[in-house]
Amino acid sequence: MSETVKQGAHKSYLEETGGRKGIFKWILSTDHKRIGLLYLYSIMTWFVIGVALGIMMKLELIAPGKTIMGAQAYNATFTVHGVIMIFLIVIPGLPAVFGNFLLPIQIGAKDVAFPKLNLFSWYIYVAGSILVVASLFAGGGPPDTGWTFYAPYSFKTGTNMLPAVVGAFVLGFSSILTGLNFLVTIHRLRAPGMTFMKMPVFPWTLYGTAWIQLLATPIVGITLLMVLGERIFNIGFFDPAKGGDPILYQHLFWIYSHPAVYIMILPAMGAISEIIPTFSRKTIFGYRFIVISTLAIAFVGYFVWGHHMFTSGMSGTALFTFSILTFIVAIPSAIKVFNWVATMHQGSILLKTPFMWAASFIFVFLIGGLTGLVLGALATNVHVHDTAFVVGHFHFIVFGGTGFAFFGAVHYWFPKIYGRMYDESWAKTGWLIFFIGYLALYGPMLYLGIKGMPRRYFDYLPEYHGPNILSSLGALVMVSGFLIILINLIRSARHGEKAEANPWGGTNLEWQISSPPSLENFDEIPTIDKATYKYD
Amino acid sequence: MSQVHRDDIGSKMGMWLFIFTELLLFGGLFITYAVYRYLHPEAFHLASQELDVPIGTINTIILLISSATIAMSVTAIQQKKKKLSLGLIAATIILAAVFLVNKYFEWGAKFDHGIFPGSEYLDQLGYGDVLFFGLYFFMTGLHAFHIIIGMVVLGFMYVYVKNDRLTHDNFQLLENGGLYWHLVDLIWIFLFPLFYLIA
Amino acid sequence: MAEEKHHIISYQKLLGVLGILIVLTLLSVAITEIELSRWATIAALLIAGIKSTFVLLIFMHLRFDQRIFRVMVGLIIALVLVVIFITMLDFMFR
Repeated sequence: MSETVKQGAHKSYLEETGGRKGIFKWILSTDHKRIGLLYLYSIMTWFVIGVALGIMMKLELIAPGKTIMGAQAYNATFTVHGVIMIFLIVIPGLPAVFGNFLLPIQIGAKDVAFPKLNLFSWYIYVAGSILVVASLFAGGGPPDTGWTFYAPYSFKTGTNMLPAVVGAFVLGFSSILTGLNFLVTIHRLRAPGMTFMKMPVFPWTLYGTAWIQLLATPIVGITLLMVLGERIFNIGFFDPAKGGDPILYQHLFWIYSHPAVYIMILPAMGAISEIIPTFSRKTIFGYRFIVISTLAIAFVGYFVWGHHMFTSGMSGTALFTFSILTFIVAIPSAIKVFNWVATMHQGSILLKTPFMWAASFIFVFLIGGLTGLVLGALATNVHVHDTAFVVGHFHFIVFGGTGFAFFGAVHYWFPKIYGRMYDESWAKTGWLIFFIGYLALYGPMLYLGIKGMPRRYFDYLPEYHGPNILSSLGALVMVSGFLIILINLIRSARHGEKAEANPWGGTNLEWQISSPPSLENFDEIPTIDKATYKYD
Repeated sequence: MSQVHRDDIGSKMGMWLFIFTELLLFGGLFITYAVYRYLHPEAFHLASQELDVPIGTINTIILLISSATIAMSVTAIQQKKKKLSLGLIAATIILAAVFLVNKYFEWGAKFDHGIFPGSEYLDQLGYGDVLFFGLYFFMTGLHAFHIIIGMVVLGFMYVYVKNDRLTHDNFQLLENGGLYWHLVDLIWIFLFPLFYLIA
Repeated sequence: MAEEKHHIISYQKLLGVLGILIVLTLLSVAITEIELSRWATIAALLIAGIKSTFVLLIFMHLRFDQRIFRVMVGLIIALVLVVIFITMLDFMFR
């Protein structure tokens, strides 16, 4: 194994309080590791709410007709579920939690470039998320437009659009500032000898993600401001009655929201690229291709937004262009899948929980990716547009992709974060139940969509009953798996066995410092002279 | 290493990245402008004649001068001419205020004619006019908002230079403030011909 | 402590650029007086492009900064233009 970086007898970052007490040692600390955990805890809190809303939807759909709520309540539920899950959880998820915790360590730095700005982004995140959640309870009832806020309905409806839209705008700021911070960190603070091509894959994916955060988020920012302009000043940008074009709203919205999908998935791919070599005991296969495909996804992903609008009445030329570009963006994603599989090939695989998550990630990501091609092709898209198929595909990519990678990353870096091991057998049990529930929950949606069941209705025809029951039961199974995982992690963070510095035999810098790391990560900034993921 | 002492290039890079987000923010509006101008060329043409070209030209020149003064203040601080630097920052802020006053009268005149977002008069004029003036108020309004922010930023810079927090070998913050101000200028360079000069 | 010597731009140069910018502004106003029909917009945007290049290179001293800054700015401008182009593919062929 590689040489261990010298580490004096320092207190860990968890013991280093900076003279502050209680909650203040968290909310006033500019340590990137504490900020990462602040994000983790806030995201987990919202995740529980988001999951609860999801369960309510599945309970409603367990039988045709009104089961536990009516149409308006259902509309509000899927809207708030979407807004919370997308803007509060998956977009900040991996970059803000693990990016913050690991980026400086993996590139050999003591902190991010702008630590105070980093803490400030968390405050903005909290402010934005409170606004979004407040829209559930304030005045005119929860928003009911769907998370896409499509105009003109979004400025005609009497529900609480204002807090939801302002909240999403504020969250965008947080995302931008995090991206900005990471970009400067990667450009300026890499340890001596760590050239761009010696950087591990996770920082690389964060780099791609940060560019998207920086360049795409302002577009949704201005779009949401325009919606506010519509609601408050009645300007008419997207109001057909005043000459505005609602399809332009869709363009502007998806110019952000499609790249946002890559904000969600790129760091997930990065985490998977960390886990697989470690548990296969092999250097990652085709490092250069993984890096190039990361940048290619980030770049091409910016120009494919129109594939969300195939049935909106765009011109044929635009339809054609967007469909071609969509197929092109599938290529680098496939390259990554091949590289992961090739990394495992002939490796000596260690079947630990993080690897289970990574392997199941590849499985569900493959389903998500292939159904994505069904949607990206013009002819088939028209058939399944706005059906449960889209919902299924989306959850396979975003929940199956980002979610699975997130849980994998939590388990993989858990010993580093808390200096304790989680309980392996409970973690595996949780994973298995979760995975089975997951497939039962989203698999039927693909089938139902092909059969023609539309999305976003609280009711359906009786012939769709069977698969819906399976889906709802799957949701309950999945949630019980989730609870096992959550309880195991919380318990282990306090009572788990003490972890070594490098419990998995990983090769990157984070495994060469103590668990948990000291306040400044390294006593001396290391000098890097070898390629990443090198097993001797 | 750069972490131990301050990293001027990193700080400048942060500012540039922020400027990119601002460019993209206005970029969304330029897309909207392009689309609606394409759909309503005649109406945009006629509506543009309602705007006051002389005031617009004067405001453009004011902003250009203010951009030059803030750039010169960066030169001055590097040459250890603190007083001159302070004077130039102050001049920039004053020019910004003059710009806003002009803008106020310009907007006021439009309001007096019943031209403002959502007004009945405007709705009668037709789609193209609604969209042209919608964009005009939204974009120049957002731009004016950036001017106000820029004034606050430069106000801080003035205080920092005065307190010697920024000096001839530590002026990156002033340069960053200047970059922000040039951005405001840059956007106006495009807003001016797109709204005033399409007659 | 600074990692490289910072380039100081002289007052003369800044004032010279300001002069050019003002002349270009007046020129673009004058051009609209002539009947150029569809070329008027292109001319106005061309002049705006030249003006912003001056602002970027001299006032924002990109010309004297590290290459990475020029690369980034160039790519961002290209990105905005491509996005506008793709959006117009819809509206121009509808």
